[in-house]
Amino acid sequence: MASSKRPEHQAPPEIFYNETEAQKYSQNSRMMDIQVQMSERAVELLALPEDEPCLLLDIGCGSGLSGSVLEEQGHTWVGVDISSAMLNVAQEREVEGDLLLGDMGQGVPFRPGCFDGAISISALQWLCNADRQTHNPAKRLHKFFSSLYASLSRTARAVFQFYPENSDQVELITSQAMKSGFYGGLVVDFPNSTKAKKFFLVLMTGGMVALPKALGTEASDNSVNYTSKRELGKKSRGKPVKNSREWILEKKERRRRQGKNVRDDNKYTARKRSGRF
Amino acid sequence: MKLLTHNFLTSRCLKGVNVGYPLKIVLGHVGELPQALIEDYESNEDFLKKVHHVLLEVDVINGELVCPESGRKFPITSGIPNMLLNEDEV
Repeated sequence: MASSKRPEHQAPPEIFYNETEAQKYSQNSRMMDIQVQMSERAVELLALPEDEPCLLLDIGCGSGLSGSVLEEQGHTWVGVDISSAMLNVAQEREVEGDLLLGDMGQGVPFRPGCFDGAISISALQWLCNADRQTHNPAKRLHKFFSSLYASLSRTARAVFQFYPENSDQVELITSQAMKSGFYGGLVVDFPNSTKAKKFFLVLMTGGMVALPKALGTEASDNSVNYTSKRELGKKSRGKPVKNSREWILEKKERRRRQGKNVRDDNKYTARKRSGRF
Repeated sequence: MKLLTHNFLTSRCLKGVNVGYPLKIVLGHVGELPQALIEDYESNEDFLKKVHHVLLEVDVINGELVCPESGRKFPITSGIPNMLLNEDEV
């Protein structure tokens, strides 16, 4: 997946997110929808106490789309971003949260224990790049995670949605987070789909709790699926005949695993038309 | 920047700064603050309303935050404090 289209390869974040790029985040409805969806999932993974307003930190808040999701759920938030153009868009949108211009690789500038949680949408992968000669990704990640650990309360969680370029980046990020004292790990939603697949790093400060379940992984339980010998024989003969009921059911199952919206199977699925049409 | 946020901010990220709190606010005029903590501060609704107004409704638009230890200044422009550090300060 070495594509040159990754924004991290084009320019440092404070330059990449200029006025034109920032405008997209307040005008392009598709981009906004994706951001809002990911933020909603991130808040779900935060597992905050119900009906209790919390103080949350939004790292890489950008135009405040994720912040708006937090507002809707009744939380107060503070956002940090490195791009002043994006922060200006956030101010134009009149978000309720407070905004700060800051580089997360230099540490988050907050007092110990003041936040009930932190979220970050599509920002963490930027830390894996060295944009200047003095930048050392491992050191910057460590500085970020250790200062974040300090500024969170002891029952807090931090959820990061990010786009890792390869498995080395995932390892670098998780190992630095563990070194800073966090517990937790990676939750991958819809692992069977290329487009819907989303990586969430769920970090906890107060001891190890079971990680939340990822979406779109119902089929891959710990139990082994039972298949009769006859079924196995059928499988070994290759793909089912195209347009047959088996072929359609298989295709629907595959698309279900990819997290797509698929109708339920019933007795009418792949039924033959009478021919009177 | 709201004063609630100022209450959480430090300049600890600077090299050689241990606490970095409280950051001094320069220029911003912040309205009438009660000078001392009154006794029935938990039940006095008038006082609590004042505190809420000061913490969540007063915005610092332009000014500076000054680190109490190193004297480093962080400018606030149009309500957004600039906490970016230079390479040699990290």
